[in-house]
Order: sequence, then structure tokens, then C-alpha cells
Amino acid sequence: MALSGIQIYKLLPQTNCKDCGFPTCLAFAMKLAAKQAELSACPHVSPASKAQLAEASEPPVRLVTLKAGEYEVKAGNEVVMCRHEKTFYNKPGLFVRVRDTEAVADIKKKIAEANAFVVDYVGMKLTLDGFAVEATSGNADQFAAAIKAAREATQRPLILISHDPKVMAAGVGALPNEIPLLYGVDGNNWQAMVELAKQHKAALGIVGKTLDELADLTQKIRDAGVNDLVLDPGTRKLSASLARNTQIRRLALKKNFRPMGYPMIAFPGETDDPADEVVLAAQAIAKYAGFVVLDHFEPEKVYALLVLRANIFTDPQKPIQVQPGVYEINNPKPDSPVLVTTNFSITYFSVANEVEGSGFPAWLVVVDAEGMSVLTSWAAGKFDSERIAKAIKSLNMADKVSRKRLVIPGAVAVLSGELEEELAGWEIRVGPREAVDIPSFFKKAL
Amino acid sequence: MPVEIPKDSWSGSVRTVTIGATATQGGTRICAITVGGQKALPFMHFEQQFPNRPRVAVEIKDRRPDDWSPLLLQVWGDVMNSPASWARAAEDAGAELLVLALTLLDAKGNRITAAGAVESVKAVLGATGLPLLVWGPGQPDADNEVLLAVAEAAKGERIAMGICEEKNYRTIVAAALANEHLVIPRTAMDVNLAKQINILISDMGLPADRILMDPTTGALGYGMEYGYSVMERLRMAALQGDSMTQLPMIVTPGFEAWKTKEAKVGTGVPAAWGDWEKRAITWETVTAVALIESGADIVVLRHPESVKRVRKTIDELMTVPDLA
Repeated sequence: MALSGIQIYKLLPQTNCKDCGFPTCLAFAMKLAAKQAELSACPHVSPASKAQLAEASEPPVRLVTLKAGEYEVKAGNEVVMCRHEKTFYNKPGLFVRVRDTEAVADIKKKIAEANAFVVDYVGMKLTLDGFAVEATSGNADQFAAAIKAAREATQRPLILISHDPKVMAAGVGALPNEIPLLYGVDGNNWQAMVELAKQHKAALGIVGKTLDELADLTQKIRDAGVNDLVLDPGTRKLSASLARNTQIRRLALKKNFRPMGYPMIAFPGETDDPADEVVLAAQAIAKYAGFVVLDHFEPEKVYALLVLRANIFTDPQKPIQVQPGVYEINNPKPDSPVLVTTNFSITYFSVANEVEGSGFPAWLVVVDAEGMSVLTSWAAGKFDSERIAKAIKSLNMADKVSRKRLVIPGAVAVLSGELEEELAGWEIRVGPREAVDIPSFFKKAL
Repeated sequence: MPVEIPKDSWSGSVRTVTIGATATQGGTRICAITVGGQKALPFMHFEQQFPNRPRVAVEIKDRRPDDWSPLLLQVWGDVMNSPASWARAAEDAGAELLVLALTLLDAKGNRITAAGAVESVKAVLGATGLPLLVWGPGQPDADNEVLLAVAEAAKGERIAMGICEEKNYRTIVAAALANEHLVIPRTAMDVNLAKQINILISDMGLPADRILMDPTTGALGYGMEYGYSVMERLRMAALQGDSMTQLPMIVTPGFEAWKTKEAKVGTGVPAAWGDWEKRAITWETVTAVALIESGADIVVLRHPESVKRVRKTIDELMTVPDLA
């Protein structure tokens, strides 16, 4: 958490020597608080104050990056509890776990299938972020073999899971030149794990049954020189995880409590009923996890979770918009119909995908409705007959078509009368309320 | 290292609202359901006790709907032909409340009548003892006509009637006032609009503990995050003491999720979308759970499997965790 000018002033020598170039220490402190000056300008500040000021300028939730080749998964750097207060920045990484007790061929097959998963959502290609390999066998060679198999099947970052430093050493040894997460650090093994992390530049995943225990561990590990840490508060149930994740995020953001200033990891598959996994994962995504490790790869659930993540991590101050204008779908001809919708990207993509999928050629006119959906923008007066008519005229649609047919969304059927007046010579047709019904509308009504 | 857990302290709380009236309260419901009463953000059990849990309502209609997903038509089957049978089936599926959504036109294209609406409502009230919410057909004149008759016919039952919008709330509120019912105002995902209509309704003399507000939501992938954030903001405003936001919230993830392509369509979609039925239920469940965690007091659902899963989720969220 940033310090105020007065808090910084208390850490300065308070001699007003002017060596920093400012008339007083207080003036210098104010500039520091506003990030318009550098602490190095003061030659007299004590090492203790320097350390304290440096710590205060660290982000409240440390950014931890896992890397493999060109792939990166970032977590942390969050600054708010609720997305409307600013935005959530780093989407939690979605991982799928395999175990070294599975046959090597099965591990490869399972990972290859999930690794190839890609789904299109409003023009974005959504995929999983990586895989976790757990040393269930307790055997170092078996673990290393499973990791090699995983690395052959995917190029994405890996999380290695083991509580045994010897087994972990064999695993991380199989992954040169990348930054994995070594998960399974606890009160018994932390010193050996710290050595491994230093040697391999890896991040560490720490498990603590209580906040006290977790804070002790992160403090010790940080003092031992490893600062890329990920926290597992050990909770596996909905109400406990919600409370714990909230407490940890609050301690980091509101109390600037360094031992909790790290991203968190969740294991939603560790539940009695597999049907609960998607619900626990959904909660983890919305409520502060930085890494989510699934135990089952089911496309319909992964799709829902990736969409949820895209939604929750959309910047609320910038509605996702597409460029207003005319979009030609399926090579429209002069006798093709003109469709109109708004420039909210979810609206645009829903409509464009349906028109494209229908196979019918059409002109899709996207009106600048300030990035709102059809009903919302209509209610706000940003998608009325005047704006629609203006778009049709300024885009010279009348010159592009021989048959002047304009299809408006069913949700704004009420505009058809006014539009007939505004756009003389155009036939105004009322389309379906929902994009999903566009193909049948084309077949039946056009 | 002893860690002190930071606790929020709020000056305000959400009002409690009770739907339905039992025999001793002048109605015929087997139970009344109370929602609201929170003094902290959702499920922060380490700060406050939560006297009332979020509830699951199931949406049924007065006739077999024309535009519902084939998956829903299949799972409910023939009971959809009769509101009474549908109501009983919904209760068996785990509904804690029923929403009866009236339809503007019948299968032959005839407009709904007050008498027809009253018949449907009475059939549902007779078929189950669950507290009832009734949505008008959604067309201002028709809403006014049929909800007035419904309010009189259901006098004493403490039903909740909607949907009140700014242009169309007076008649519904007057009907609720005269017959001791509740109203459900809906506004388009905006904190100030939500406050505004609550003020207008209160100004007509309806006590605020007879209002359930619907701040509107979108489905997962279709604008859910707007509704989600508006609900978080409304709940924070309530806890900060803003009186006209201190109302329990009702939202319709079932209606929203089941109109998405993901739920409605099973063929000609990308293979990456996976199994249709599982996807559709996941879509409804995930939308509902996210909204419950952002403050929903009542979620209105459509599929029996989602009802089961969401109720289980609520049970878990209401379990006070043992956190050392």
C-alpha cells in the first residue's frame, strides 16, 4: 500500500539539507508520495528507512509469473476487492492435473486432448493455461518420467506437486529453462524447497492449515531469499474458501500485510462429489484465486469457466465494443437484407455468428450505441430510430442495395413505425428478439 | 505469527421480506419464506450471523411455452400442459418458491383474460403449499388488467407480483396495497434506477418490507458481469445504510441462461462446447451461483438438475466454516 507524504516524511532525516534539490524534507516526501521524485536523490536516508520505503512501494499482491517457452501465466498485482472498484487484472490460470501413477501413454493422451482445447468467445480464443503433475507415487524416477511425458504433450507451463524435496528435485530437474510452480511447501520441507527454487528459479506453492502457519512460512521463505510465492490456505469447501480467500486478499490490500501479499491457488477437484468441481472453480475464479487446478477436463465445464473468467476480468470502465460501420457477412449482394444491431461486442458477435452460421448473405450495420446491448442502449436513448437512420444514411446503404429491406432487433420492434418515417423507401422488418433465432428467421421470413 | 483477521463493520442491514402466508397468517401456504436480514457481505460468517438463506424459485408457466429449449420441454414433459401439475412437479424437484409466469397469448393466439389468469393462479395455489410469485404477461395493459384480478383472487396469500417498471408500476402497487401482497420492481442493471423505482413505490405507501427488487442480470457470457457488479454495489450501499437499496434481491438466471445459444441449441455448435445437456445445466448453475455470491436472495431457475445443484451450493455456503 502506498505511503502518504507524511508517513514518508517520518522516515526521512528531517534536516532540510536541500541536497535532494527540494527546499525541505517535507516537500521531498510529498514528491515521493506523488511518484514525482526518486528516493535515491536523498544521500542521507538510513538503510532501515530505505528498506521500509522500498517495501511500501511493492505491489500489495505480488506478481508471480510461470513460464515455459513462449507461454506465460501471470497472477497477482490485484488492487481491489470488487471489480467495480477498478478492475481485476490478471486472469487466474486454469490448469488440469495428472498423476504420475497414471500410465505415461494415458498422461500424454489426457494432456494432448486438453491442450488442444480452444473455444471462440466474442472474437477471443480461449484455452487452458497449463497442467499440473502430482507425484502420487512418491517415486522420483516415476515423477520425472511423468513430467517428461507431460512436457512432450504440451508446451504450456507446469505445476509440480510433491511434499518430498527429493522427488521434487527429480521433477524440476526434468524441466530446464522454464519457471514452474513447485507446490507442496510446508513447515517440514521448506528449507529444501527453497534451495530447489533458488537453483531452478522456480516459484513456490505453500500450504498452511491456518493463516498463522501460512504467515510464518511465507515470512521465513521470503527471508531465505525466495519471493515468488503462491498461497494455498488449505480450504476445500465453498464457505471456508470464500471466507479464507477474502481474508487473505483483505490482509494484502487493506492491511498491506506482506506475508499474505501473494496470489492464491485453488484445487476445486478435491471434493467428494465431482459435480461440485465446476461450482468450486467458478467461486475461485470470481473470488481471488490466481491459479485454479482442475482434476477433470470436460469441455462444457471448461468452456463455462473460461467465459466466466473473461466476464469477471473484463474492465468495467471500458465496455468491450466493436467498431461501428457495415460488416459484410457471407458476401452480400444488392438484394441481400440489411440487419442492424449495436456495437456492444457480445451483441455484435452473437448476431454476426448466427448470420454467418445461417449461410445467408447479409449486410450487418453496427450502430454506435456507446457499447451497450440492444435493450440497455434503447432504454438509455442511445439506440433509437434517429441513430439507426443516421447510420443507414451515413453508410450510404441505399446505394449498396437494390431492395431496401432493414431488419431491426425484435427487442426494439417499437421503433419500426418511426423508422418508416425516418427512412423513406425502406421496408422495415422486425427480426427475432434473440440472435439464436436469426437462422430460422432467415428461412421463414426473408 | 498471530494474524489478526480484518473484519468489515457496517452500519446498515438488508430488510427482511416474507413471502407467503400460512393459515394462522390468513393464507393457505404450508410455510412462509423470509429472505434478507444480512448485516455483512454474502457468507462472511466470521463477521455476522446470516439469519436467512438465499432461496431457489422455479419458474413455471400458465401453458406449455413455445420458445423454451427442447431440453426443458423434455425434462418437464407433459406436466407443462397444466399449471397445477407443473407446480407439483416443481415442488418435487426442490423448488422453495414458485414463480408463475403468465403468457400474453394462448396457443390459439387469443389474448390472456383476467378470468383465465385467476384460474391459473388458483390452480397453482391449490396444487402446492409453496409461497407464490406471479409475473404478468409483460405488456403494460395486460399486466394491469390481469394482476389486479389476481391480487384480489389471492388476497391473504401474500404473493409477490411483478414486474413493476417505471412506466408501469402504479396499478400493480395499488393492487398489492389493497390486498396485502408484495411487488417485484425490475430495473436495467443500474444502481440509481433501482433506487429510483423503490422510492416511487414507497411513495405510494407500500412498506419497503413488501418489495423484492430485481436489478436484472445477463447470462454467463452475455453480460452477467454487469448484473454481478450492480448487485455487489447495491448490497454494499445497503450495508452502508442507504435505505432504498436495503431490499432483498431476486434475479432470473434461469430465464437468462436458457435463452443463450449454449443452452438452447444442441446441433451445429463447435465441438469444444461439449455435451449439450451438461453445458446447459452448467450455464444456468454457474450464472446462478455467481449471482448468489454477489448478493442474490432469490434465484429463479428452470431446470430440475440446476435446482438440485444450486440448493446444494447454498447449503454449503450457509455452513459456518470451522476456520482455526
